[in-house]
Amino acid sequence: MPQFDPTFFSPQLFWLAVTFIGLYVLMARVSIPRIGAVLEERQRRIDENLSKAAALKADTDAAIEVYERALAESRGKAQAMIKETVDRMAHEAENRQREVGARLSEQIKAGEARIEAAKAQALASVREVAAEVARATVERITGQTPDDARLTEAVATAMEKR
Amino acid sequence: MASPVEQFKIKPIIPIEIGGIDISFTNSALFMVVSVALITVFLSYGVRSRAMVPGRWQSMAELSYEFVANMIRDNVGAEGRRYFPFIFALFMFVLFGNLIGMIPLTFTYTSHIIVTFALAFVVFLGVTVIGFARHGLHFFRFFFPHGAPILTAPILIPIELISYLSRPFSLAVRLFANMTVGHIILKVIAGFVVAMGVAGVVPLAFLAGVTVLEFGIAVLQAYVFTILSCIYLHDAIHMH
Repeated sequence: MPQFDPTFFSPQLFWLAVTFIGLYVLMARVSIPRIGAVLEERQRRIDENLSKAAALKADTDAAIEVYERALAESRGKAQAMIKETVDRMAHEAENRQREVGARLSEQIKAGEARIEAAKAQALASVREVAAEVARATVERITGQTPDDARLTEAVATAMEKR
Repeated sequence: MASPVEQFKIKPIIPIEIGGIDISFTNSALFMVVSVALITVFLSYGVRSRAMVPGRWQSMAELSYEFVANMIRDNVGAEGRRYFPFIFALFMFVLFGNLIGMIPLTFTYTSHIIVTFALAFVVFLGVTVIGFARHGLHFFRFFFPHGAPILTAPILIPIELISYLSRPFSLAVRLFANMTVGHIILKVIAGFVVAMGVAGVVPLAFLAGVTVLEFGIAVLQAYVFTILSCIYLHDAIHMH
């Protein structure tokens, strides 16, 4: 086999050394830094974009939080406003009701007083009429005029008994 | 018909002799130069546009870079970064040597034991120097595993020493034998194709299959050569 022929060991070793050292220098000085730079640049860009995305997401989250806080605040405000209005209206209604009730009871009281007066008046007139009727009756039956005082007393007694 | 080992013959192209030593530029040297040129062109052409989104060539250049970088990171660790250019050059040199050899009428320099042995010896020597530089005389502990009973030393130390010293040979012979045998098989089967006439389609089909296999072996052996170098480097840096 030609592989075991030592004649060509020295030229092969020499050229292996030359080419391999050449390759090493080319790789170490040119190719590796170049590819490494491309890969690093890509990684940098990816990281940059990722951090940008993360920052934007944080911004969005903050905006959402602000919005939600504002929403909750205004909702609370609206709730308070509604409660206040309802309270005020209830209070007003109560006041008005009390006022109206008071006026009504006053009117009722006045009406009752009037009725009472009218009743008393009516009763008095009934007494007078009864006395008149009694006098006329006595005059018709007896032909003499009865004593006014006794007549009134009798009528009152009769009415009292009823 | 030419002998199956004809393809491994070294043919001087430009005879050179310096100080009585023959350093002729041979077909082997020619393909070493071709390989170095192709590697450089492949890698430089690949990343010439420095695209953010890589194209086909750039992807392949980046792939080979990251392949070796990952191999070092996984097998050597962070300290291995310093040796990345060497390991990368080694991988590319063996890989291109194997692959160029698959092209008919070319010469496979990795099928020569002196070439693979020189590469393996450089790895062995480098790793040993790194081991002693990092650990001093403590590196001799490498030949006697931690926790082993002292009585086993007379057996263990020679075994470990022999296994350590045989590393460059196994590394060199593995690559040389794989490449040589692969090429001989291809040549022998190709001889059958011609000799068998019309029936030669059978060995031809077989030859096609073996060729695919040989391409696989070409890549695999480059990988094995490199990963073993990485493992040896790991041993030297971390001591087992």
